[in-house]
Formats: sequence, C-alpha cells, structure tokens
Amino acid sequence: MSSKKIRVLVAKPGLDGHDRGVKVVARGLRDAGMEVIYTGLHQTAQQVAETALQEDVDVVGLSILSGAHMTLVPRIKELLSKSGMDDVLLLVGGIIPEGDREELLARGHADQVFTPGDTLEKITDYIFQSFKESRDS
Amino acid sequence: MQQLVEDLLNGSKRAAARLISLVENDDLQKIELLKEIFPHTGRAYVVGVTGAPGSGKSSLVDCLLQQMRADDLKIGVIGVDPTSPFSGGAILGDRIRMQEHALDQDVFIRSMGTRGSLGGLARATREAIQVLDAFGKDIILIETVGVGQSEVDIVRTADSTMVVLTPAGGDSVQTIKAGIMEIADIFVINKADLPGSEKTITEINMMLDMKKSDKWRPPVLPTISVRSEGIAEVWGALKEHRSYMEKSGYLMEIRRQRVSRELTEQVEYLVKSRIWERVKERFKLDSLVEKIVLRQKDPYSTANELLEQIKFYGENGKEGD
Amino acid sequence: MDQKKLERINELKQLWEKEVENLNIREEPPVTVSGRQVEALNTPLDTKDLDYEKDLGFPGSYPYTRGVQSNMYRGRLWTMRQFSGFGDAYDSNRRYRYLLEQGQTGLSVAFDMPTLMGYDSDSERSLGEVGRCGVAIDSLEDMEILFDQIPLDQVTTSMTINGPAAILWCMYLANAEKQGVSLKQVGGTIQNDILKEYTAQKSWIFPPDPSMRLITDIFAFAADQVPRWNTISISGYHIREAGSTAVQELAFTLADGFAYVEAGINSGLDVDRFAPRLSFFFNAHIDFFEEICKYRAARRIWARRMKEKYGAKDPRSLMMRFHTQTAGCSLTAQEPENNIIRTTTEALSAVLGGTQSLHTNSMDEVLALPSEKAVKIALRTQQVLAFESGVANNIDPLAGSYFIEALTDQMEAEAEEYFRRIDDLGGVLPAIEQGFIQQEIADAAYEYQKAVDKGDRIVVGVNRYNTGEPMEIELLKIDPEVEKKQLERLQKLKERRDGVKVAGSLESLKKSAASSDNLIPLILEAVRCYATEGEIVSALKDVFGEYKEKPLF
Repeated sequence: MSSKKIRVLVAKPGLDGHDRGVKVVARGLRDAGMEVIYTGLHQTAQQVAETALQEDVDVVGLSILSGAHMTLVPRIKELLSKSGMDDVLLLVGGIIPEGDREELLARGHADQVFTPGDTLEKITDYIFQSFKESRDS
Repeated sequence: MQQLVEDLLNGSKRAAARLISLVENDDLQKIELLKEIFPHTGRAYVVGVTGAPGSGKSSLVDCLLQQMRADDLKIGVIGVDPTSPFSGGAILGDRIRMQEHALDQDVFIRSMGTRGSLGGLARATREAIQVLDAFGKDIILIETVGVGQSEVDIVRTADSTMVVLTPAGGDSVQTIKAGIMEIADIFVINKADLPGSEKTITEINMMLDMKKSDKWRPPVLPTISVRSEGIAEVWGALKEHRSYMEKSGYLMEIRRQRVSRELTEQVEYLVKSRIWERVKERFKLDSLVEKIVLRQKDPYSTANELLEQIKFYGENGKEGD
Repeated sequence: MDQKKLERINELKQLWEKEVENLNIREEPPVTVSGRQVEALNTPLDTKDLDYEKDLGFPGSYPYTRGVQSNMYRGRLWTMRQFSGFGDAYDSNRRYRYLLEQGQTGLSVAFDMPTLMGYDSDSERSLGEVGRCGVAIDSLEDMEILFDQIPLDQVTTSMTINGPAAILWCMYLANAEKQGVSLKQVGGTIQNDILKEYTAQKSWIFPPDPSMRLITDIFAFAADQVPRWNTISISGYHIREAGSTAVQELAFTLADGFAYVEAGINSGLDVDRFAPRLSFFFNAHIDFFEEICKYRAARRIWARRMKEKYGAKDPRSLMMRFHTQTAGCSLTAQEPENNIIRTTTEALSAVLGGTQSLHTNSMDEVLALPSEKAVKIALRTQQVLAFESGVANNIDPLAGSYFIEALTDQMEAEAEEYFRRIDDLGGVLPAIEQGFIQQEIADAAYEYQKAVDKGDRIVVGVNRYNTGEPMEIELLKIDPEVEKKQLERLQKLKERRDGVKVAGSLESLKKSAASSDNLIPLILEAVRCYATEGEIVSALKDVFGEYKEKPLF
C-alpha cells in the first residue's frame, strides 16, 4: 500500500551563492525519482535544520563552497540531533579538502562527502544503497 | 503510535512532520492515527491559493504569512508541486520564498509532490490538513498550481479560495479554465505593475457581473507581491469572506458537504481495498489475465465470476466468506 | 575573391568531402565545451561576405574587432592582475606586497563572503566565513591596513564587489584621501554588476530598482570626481561559471551592459559621460578557438550597438575593454597539476582575443584558496606567454582565418538572437524576473554535467585516464583565529569611534535613500566616521528592502 518516496533536502548553508552544483544535483536526484526540497540560498544552520525537521526528509545534502564547512556541518548535525533527527543521512558536497573530509567523516558529522569530479550517479547510487541497507537490516 | 499523536497534541513539530509523512505515504497505520487525530480537528480555517505557474503564488503566500503573523495567528502551509511523470521525482520549491519564516515557531511549512494519482493527492492533502489542524494551527494555507482537475479537487478542501492571475498582456482571462473561475472567492491580479493589468481586472469584473447572484461576489484585487503592495487588502478580503461564510451559514454547509463526500470516499476506498485483498488472496490474477489475452476468457464474465465468489459480509456483520 | 575562384573552391571542397567520407573518424564528438558542433574545415566560402573595413577594421578603430588599442601589446602588455585576498587585512596586505614584488602590475581584491553580502564579521550570519573566501573588510580601518605601504596613486586596484560596491568603493576613496592621493589620480575598477548577481553569482542584497540606482549614482559621481575609475565591470565570468555556454556568456553579458547603458541614459546622463568608464569581464574557458571568437564578437557587437542604437560618439564609449579570468570550473580536483596546462591554454586564448588584463587561476583553486607557490606558477604562466612565446608580437594574429572569422560571425548572430528573445520578454530585468536567463544557464549546466557523467565530454584525469591516485598538494589553511582576531578588532573600533557621528551619518543616509539624491557623498561621509559596512547596508535595507530569489532548475 505504501507509496514511500525518498525525500531529500538540498541546502545552501552559509553565504556563498554558487548554486550550479546544488541545482545540477537537485535535478539529478529528481530524475532518479526522489522528492527534492530546496532551501534556496544563504541559509543559516538553524534554517536548514528546521526545514529538515518540518519536511521530514530522509536525506540532507549540504552544498558548501565557501570554506565554512568545518563550522557549518557540525553545527547542522548537532541541531538535527537535538530535534531527534539522528537517523537522517547527512551528505556534504563542495570544495572540501581531503583532511577536512576525513575529519568530518571520522567525527560522524557527515555520512558522506562528495567533491568536484564525483558524478550524479555516484551520489544517487550512494543514497539508494543506504536505503537498501537500512531496509534490509 | 499513540505516542506520536500525543506528541503532536503537545506541540511537537517532529511528530507533526512524521504524521504528515505517514498519511502521505499511505502508511498501514494511517487510519488508526487519523481516528485519534479526528476529535482534535475542526478548528483551523483553510485557505486555498491556486494559479498558473509563474503567477507569483509563493511570494504572495509569503506576504500573507507576514500579515497573518502580525495578527498573531498560527499558520500551516502546504505547498504542492507537480511530480515528474517520467521519473516519479519532484523538485519542491514553494518554500524557498518563505524561508525567512522557517524559524518562526508558529509557522509550519510542508512541501508535497503530486505523486501521480489524482485522488490520492487530494486525500493526502486533506489528511495533512487534519494533522496541522490538530497541531493547533489557526489558518492553513494550501498552495497549488492551478492547471488541472487535481488542483481544483485540492482547493475544494478549502474554506476560502484565492485564484492568482497575472495580466500577461490581457489575454489571460480567456485562458482561465472555467472550473477555476468558479472556485474563486477572491481574485488576485498579481504583478499588477505589468501592462494590461487594468484590462484584466475589468474583464474579470465583467465576467463576474454577468453571473447575477445574491451570494458572495468575489473581489478582484491587484497586488505586486515582490513589493508587498496590495497585500493588506487581500488579507482584509479573506477575513471578510470568512466572516461572510460563518455568518451566512455557508461554512457549516460546505463543511457538511465535505464530510459527506469524505465519508463516501472513505467507504468506497475501504470497499475497494477489501475486495482487492480478497481477490488477490483467492485468485491468481496473472493467470486470469493470461487467459483473457489468449481469448480463452473475456474480461466481463471474469470480473463477474470474481465478485460472485467473494462474500463481503459474514453473519453478525462480521467479515468472512 | 571573384565568383569563378569561389566556384572552383566549392568544387574542390566537394571532392575533399567525398574523400573524407570514407576515412576513419575519431569517436570523440567534434564539439566545443559549449556543445557546439565544429566543422572539420573552413574555406574562403565561409568568409566570402566578410567586408574587411566594415567587419574587422584596424586595431583601435571601429568596430574594434581586432582590438581596442591601435598598438595593442606592441605598446603595452596586458595587466597581469591576480585576484587574491584571504584572512584579515594584515594577511592580504602581505600577499599583495609579495605579488607586487614578483612583478604583478595591478591588484585585485577578493573579499570574503560576509563582506560580499554586506554583513559585518560579527553578524551571526558570518559565522565560520570570516576571511575564508577572501579578505574580511568591515570598516575604513580594515581598508587602511589592506593598502598599508601600497601607494594608491601608482597601483590600480580592481575590487570584486557588487551588492555593497558603493560602500567598499567609498572606503577605498576615503583611504586614498588619507594617503594624500587626490581622487582625480585614483584608478581602478569595481565590479558593481548586480544583474549577473541575480542570474549567476547570487551575491545580492537589494532589489533591482534601488540596486540600479546605486549603480547610476556611482556613474554620475565618478564622472565628476573620480575620472580614472572604471565604474563597473560587466561580467560574463560568473555566468559562465554558473554553467552557461560561450554564446550565453557573450549574449547575457552584453545584454546586461546595454541595460546599464539604458539605466544611465534614463537617469539623465549623457551616454558619452559614463560609457567610456564601463568595462567588461569575461571567462576564458577551455575551448581555445570558441573563446577567441567570443572576445572578437563581443567587441564588434558592443561598438555597433553603442554607436547605432545609443548614439555614442566618443570612441572610448564604443571600445569594449575587458578583463579575463581563466575558467575556475574547468579545473579538476584530480591531478591538480594538470590545471596548470588548462590555465595556460585558456590564458593564451584570452591574449589572442585581445584582453586588457588577465587573471590566471592557480592549480589548487578547486581545492582551496591558492598557496603562495601555486599563485606564483599562475603568474609565471602569464609571464612566459608574454615574454617567451612571442604571441604578443603580432596584433590579432588569427584574423582572416576562415575558421576564426566564420565562427566570430556565427557567435555574433547567435548573440543577436538572444538579444531578440530578451527584448521580446521586455528587457533584461523582466527576463530575469521571469527566470528566462537563469533557466537557460541551468539547462546548459545540467546538459554539460550529464555529458561529463556519460563520458561524452572528456575531462582528462576525471573520466579518462583516471588513476585514482591520492592528491598530494600543499594547501593554504586559514587559521580559525582570524575570525576571533577580526571580531576583537571590530569591537575595539566600535568602542573607539564617535558613535554619535556614526548614527548621524546613517540617519542622513537613510533620508537621502528615500529621496532621489546621489547617495555616494553620504556613504563617503558615513565611511569616514568609521561606520561599518554592515551598519550602512542595514540602514539602506531599511529603505530599499531585500531581494528574494525565485530559483529555477
């Protein structure tokens, strides 16, 4: 009976306005059959977390190209946890140096980090795979 | 599950969001949940906002939110965007215009995709309204793209309906679907700074004047939502329409009709799903289909046979076969 | 060429085509990075209608297809202007002095995101962003530090700032005054191009009408008081980075340019009073010839329209002068050293296209802010092109090439078609409001990404020859202490300055904002009292409101 769809919030936290990537990803996720909610630009961490909460999304994808990821990602993760959304898949995309990427993953601030050169397919596959695993377990 | 409803009534946004997902996904527990929610509904006033893509509905809703919040009302917003028929996915972008209300504790915004089935969407919207109603929202705004029957259906769940148009060179009026013309309680001509707006307003007024009626005469109001112009007038008209609906008894009347329609739908829904449950239990549909394809059977008598072999009501009103 | 010879060429061409038909064809499609199909061969048949005097002319003469100066690089090389800025004003000041010592000839300031968006470093919205993408500037005090020991009468400075351009420009001018440099001597550029912010770069503050008014206020003030300043740098760079094609970059940038000209004229200025100070900024992407044709077409379109449509008479109004930056979006995170080669190719197209100044990207820019070593290689790239390769010896050396001239014509025609569509929508602002430009860019970006993902578009080291080797490259780290230090300094400034004077200057600014006065003198006054950028922006927001986007996918 259930007509569940994967709901994804794609968000632009912080002040950078580079939305080429986020829009391409949004379109790619839609074309892969997901429901994509876009926050628009220049969002605070609180706005992103609150939107994720109201929209009850399964995935939050953050696009950050301004170098503020080490501040914004942990903060959004913390706010999501506070509102009981620990189970949300948190993905990050953007210009993230390797060292920062490792740190975000190791500390559990993000589930996966995508960087320039990663394909749309890699992102959608990752999401589908995560949901398959969570359903199987 | 009871916990979820209890949390909803205690004001948990997480619970509200989860419950909307459950009804939207047509979850198996949905009916039980709606039963528990129902006693707490009936308070909210529902406003439908519809109009063509690009008519500026979202920014209009954003402006209205500001007005309503100034009157200290608690607001729920449901923004409906079309699902792609090819991929089944959707980009839901209505809330972008309203993001500055995201942190307002008394505003709850939810985006929904049409997800294909028309009847399903109208039902999901209605059920989401019930969740937000029980959640304590005073006003629930529903925003849809006014291009098809499904949108008209959704709007039928509203107590007041606004249709948003743009001047578009003055020829927009001819292109308005008759059905949409009739559901409007308020016409908003947005982007009224564009050429042709006077003409559009006049034409709609003329069309409205041709239909002599002692009932509510929809006002036709110009706005420029990007500059927040004309919004107070729209909010004023909404309040006026609400008061008219309440005083005239029409509100009770349309709500009665709505409940009756919902009851019918619910019965039909249950009957249908139970029949199918049984059919699927007892018969191998695939092999029947195969036989029909090979012209060994015909669909008409096959359908009759299926139904005859299922009994719906056992003794003492209990189900059984 | 006479008809007979052309007919003969046509016959030969058909023979050639037959011969090629049966030969092997590489599987990689012959398309540009913009998805344009490229012909295998051009001949005099493709340029038979070319009228040398009318379509090309001489360098420094109408329609400027071959360049805006008569002596071009024979007279003076392009300005090597590396865009840079990071951390606080002290950090960037050190970097600028390093670059000047290395032989760079002009400065180009990159501001951090809070500065670009009009927030002070102590705003909650600036959290984590102070000094990250560029230098943090909150007040005149920061500007003084930024140009400490850099004589503003000798160095020209380009500042990439748009929404709050008027404010940062006033800080620069006020600082020049403090250095004892007269405004008549100060030279430089502010980007000040809000239209492409709405369509591409997305760092906006105010709605279109007041934004356009600030821009025309700058035009008028500069015409009177700061005659050597380029008041706007009409930018295609960001349109391209947002994913547009080459023709879209060309068309939307020029359309924006004409919109500013119309705004200037409508505000009561004579076209020749402000048009000579309009400048442009283009992207140099990876498709070598398409880029060169883009620059040549741009100059010709600009000259023709300025003369024929807007009635400009001053030759300087007809000359399109432009800065170029190599394409950030062409760089790859994989094997970043390859980016040096990409940048070299792109820089060469800009030089052959006749650019007035050039920024070459550093190889590590896709990963982080560039390290000192990477910046040096990028600058050296320009110096090798300028002094070793010999490409600066001959002016517009590709002119007359059948391919180059045919493609230049074709791109001009395609741009004209976009102008027509934009006119049909009522002009640039309505086209933005209806999302036409944004949608065209988004579609092109999506098509490109799909082509890369499918492997139709080859990116070396990414979807071809990818060895999966880990990157070993040293990156510049921004010290998190920068944010703290900047906040402390801002706090101290706020305690030290004359609060009453600041409040008074902001009050007068607001009053004038509600009228139609030129706002530049009032902003200058506020800046001189050390009102911060955030305070000035917020005063203006009270009157102007804020822009809200309607995103398209």
